[in-house]
Amino acid sequence: MQEVIKSGKTVEEAVKAALAELGVGEEEVEVEVLEEPSRGILGLFGSRPAKVRVVKKPTPGEKAKALLEEILRVMSLEGKVHLKEDGESVSLEVEGENLGVLIGRRGETLNALQYLLGLAACRNSSVKKRILLDVGGYRKKREETLRALALRLAEKAKKRGRNIVLEPMSPQERRVIHMALKGRDDIYTFSEGEEPFRKIVIAPRK
Amino acid sequence: MKELVEILAKALVDHPEAVDVRLVEREKSVRIELRVAPEDVGKVIGKQGRVARAFRQVVKAAAARSGKKVVVEIL
Repeated sequence: MQEVIKSGKTVEEAVKAALAELGVGEEEVEVEVLEEPSRGILGLFGSRPAKVRVVKKPTPGEKAKALLEEILRVMSLEGKVHLKEDGESVSLEVEGENLGVLIGRRGETLNALQYLLGLAACRNSSVKKRILLDVGGYRKKREETLRALALRLAEKAKKRGRNIVLEPMSPQERRVIHMALKGRDDIYTFSEGEEPFRKIVIAPRK
Repeated sequence: MKELVEILAKALVDHPEAVDVRLVEREKSVRIELRVAPEDVGKVIGKQGRVARAFRQVVKAAAARSGKKVVVEIL
């Protein structure tokens, strides 16, 4: 964690200097006033500048990464966590061997872990970000599979002239399919049912 | 296993110091009892038990290798 201690004529001035040095905004830090400024007697004796300690709060991404590394450790798994973070989202990618246990059947464990990391990372934080977790490129591969499946089933729906209902999927996975088939004039897609059993329907346009 | 539940619970609550995890070992199963501060109970259960479900899923995965059935109880 980064922190600096700065002095200034007033508390605000000291904080401003500290923010400039850390290169972050006011909402990303915690400020502790170490010494209130004092003008001294008649402005001559014992005048003292304000002194503050400014500590950079970990970003949601940093928090999620630390927690994930901790989880890997207690599960005795070897994996390297790569973090990518921007204004809206955090992407965590675990690279390593034998990480199937983190993925689970159809990514169930991966989704559960992603959900928990998301909650933990954005707790007590003014900035809410979407946390995306991938292990061993699983999501990327799954996305390709889903896209291929979408195209194949779209053809089938068109040929048969009937609706095709897919199996239940997570919102993320449904999104991939909707996107893959967006804007076509021969078929269209929608979802039906309630979470967590919502499923996509591919329907031919008449 | 105990550590995993502790880490996850502490990351979600406002009073990590009140998180208490106990293991009750049985022949073929392990019962993990999770206790948190009263005002944090909602945070580890979640809307319609969503957090609790995710919790159990992750713990189940971690426990798979031990070959024992694991039950997470929030008390």
